[in-house]
Amino acid sequence: MIQLKNIEKVYRTDTVETQALNNISLQVEKGEFLSIMGPSGCGKSTLLNLMGLLDAPSKGEVLIASQQTLQLNDRKLAHFRNSKIGFIFQSYHLINDLQVLDNVELPLLYRNSSAKERKILALEALEKVGLSNRVKHFPTQLSGGQKQRVAIARAIVGKPEIILADEPTGNLDSAMGNEIMNILLELNRVDGTTIVMVTHDPNMAQKTHRLLRLFDGSQVQ
Amino acid sequence: MLKNYFKIAIAVLKRRKFFTFISLFGISLTLTILIVLSAFLDVMLSPAYPDVKRSRELFISRVVLKSDKGNYTSQSPSSLYFIKNFVSTMKRPEKIAVHTGRNTTNAYQNNKKMEVELMYTNVPFWEVYEFDFIEGKPFNGQDLENVAQVAVISEDTRAKYFGESSSALGRYVEANNIKYRVIGVVKNVPATMIYANSDVYLPYTLDKANLDGTSIMGDYLVTLLAKSTADLPLIKEEYQQLLKKVPHPEKNQELLLSKTNSYLESFTEQVFGNVGDSGKTRFFLMIGVFVFLFMLLPTINLVNINVSRIMERSSEIGVRKAFGASSRTLVGQFIVENMILTVLGGVLGILLSFVIISILNASGLIAHMNLVINLTVLGYSLLACLVFGLMSGVYPAWRMSKLNVVTALKANN
Repeated sequence: MIQLKNIEKVYRTDTVETQALNNISLQVEKGEFLSIMGPSGCGKSTLLNLMGLLDAPSKGEVLIASQQTLQLNDRKLAHFRNSKIGFIFQSYHLINDLQVLDNVELPLLYRNSSAKERKILALEALEKVGLSNRVKHFPTQLSGGQKQRVAIARAIVGKPEIILADEPTGNLDSAMGNEIMNILLELNRVDGTTIVMVTHDPNMAQKTHRLLRLFDGSQVQ
Repeated sequence: MLKNYFKIAIAVLKRRKFFTFISLFGISLTLTILIVLSAFLDVMLSPAYPDVKRSRELFISRVVLKSDKGNYTSQSPSSLYFIKNFVSTMKRPEKIAVHTGRNTTNAYQNNKKMEVELMYTNVPFWEVYEFDFIEGKPFNGQDLENVAQVAVISEDTRAKYFGESSSALGRYVEANNIKYRVIGVVKNVPATMIYANSDVYLPYTLDKANLDGTSIMGDYLVTLLAKSTADLPLIKEEYQQLLKKVPHPEKNQELLLSKTNSYLESFTEQVFGNVGDSGKTRFFLMIGVFVFLFMLLPTINLVNINVSRIMERSSEIGVRKAFGASSRTLVGQFIVENMILTVLGGVLGILLSFVIISILNASGLIAHMNLVINLTVLGYSLLACLVFGLMSGVYPAWRMSKLNVVTALKANN
């Protein structure tokens, strides 16, 4: 589903050059749940951003669903992300000015779907994460766990084949974290969604199919 | 999608109330000034009482004498000699109105000094311009021939001389130590009607200073009324042919130049005109530059405010991009949001303009002027508003859309 070939990522400023990722090659199969672990600054999030086409590698190739992505222009990349990938962030990144329902509908705004269709799909997604009773709330009126569930609903509303989760339980206590993890496991098991999750928590990583460890930008296991 | 943009736009406006106030204040004030100024221009340039046949009119507001060496030019309105002997021989115009500009003079009534404006006219003046007579009638050919000391006065002049409600017919007004018998009273003419506004209208045969002489230069303006608009170019041509036949004996001056202009051209000629050029282009260019510069200042202000808000909204931009918004879509969104702000400012500006125009009309700042926001003015105002929205929205929108997704998402962490 996701194929990375000889990936390198270098951040350059006028004076400093930082090697964030070094010769990473990786294949994530369809329906696989992969977790990525490693110390802070080892390149986990950078790797996830490259898989999500939010950033481009300095060297190497990124293939999603067997399609080469490096040559895609801004519009095609946007379309690709919209149809294939859902994101879950550690700090939720909900839009505080919009109600829960509007937040969840967001990915559908960039498709040719009617308002009615958007609403049905968003309610369905919220139902899945157990938040159908909070549709009119604003994010600031929700707890951390509820916010992350809204973020998951937003990630799955467009029925993407891939979900990329960057420390989805990082800001939550263990009970809430487990709740979120269970939702992700359910999505992977029932819907067959491919999930790549960055985490610091070995307990969470243990529950996934495979663990990838990074150290100083290199794959160690 | 628009509903979503609208919700966001309103939320953003509510979030930073001070910035919103500054933005709306700048937009609405700019627009109000533009609307009021355009209403002024509209009232200055649009046909209105008593000049209602303007589409069929051409004006001769000046003649120019230029030396063949090009080192000397003199210009002024035409003389009665020139009009009587040449202009009045024209065949194409249906009527030829002749009148001076307004001459301010002192007048006395019950030992009280006041200023009145006199205008000398011919008889067709009353036919070309459609005055409403409150009482009496205009002077006729017989009055001119007899050099009758008669006058038509305005409603305001009647009130000044004789009080609000009394009739003025047969009574006398005094100006320049001469008494004139009032034979007609006309409804007040707005001061913006520069060719028809006066306090007292007198037969031109009373204008002794201008009756004699053979100079081409004088104090008189001419309004040529065509039978139809199709005749206007023919009248222009006839006038140019006529000029070639006019002997002009002024010393050292060989070229006689003059033009029949539309009202707008004759208006711009007085301020911006040169020899052979009515100044219309310069007039519109100046208005364009003024409007542009006037709008530029609040636009730059709004651009600054918008750009400074980018970081505030970087997380939202990152999320939208991550979930499938292209840079183009984001530019569209931010322009729409900015349009919503400017349209709000525009609506406020229009409301404020109504208030200011009502105050101006009630104040009598310009006599008998009635400013209105007509559909054209409103249309241009809304257009200005959209241009404003675009001008102030495009650059910040472009900057926002170019934000790197990863950087944008990190900024609010």
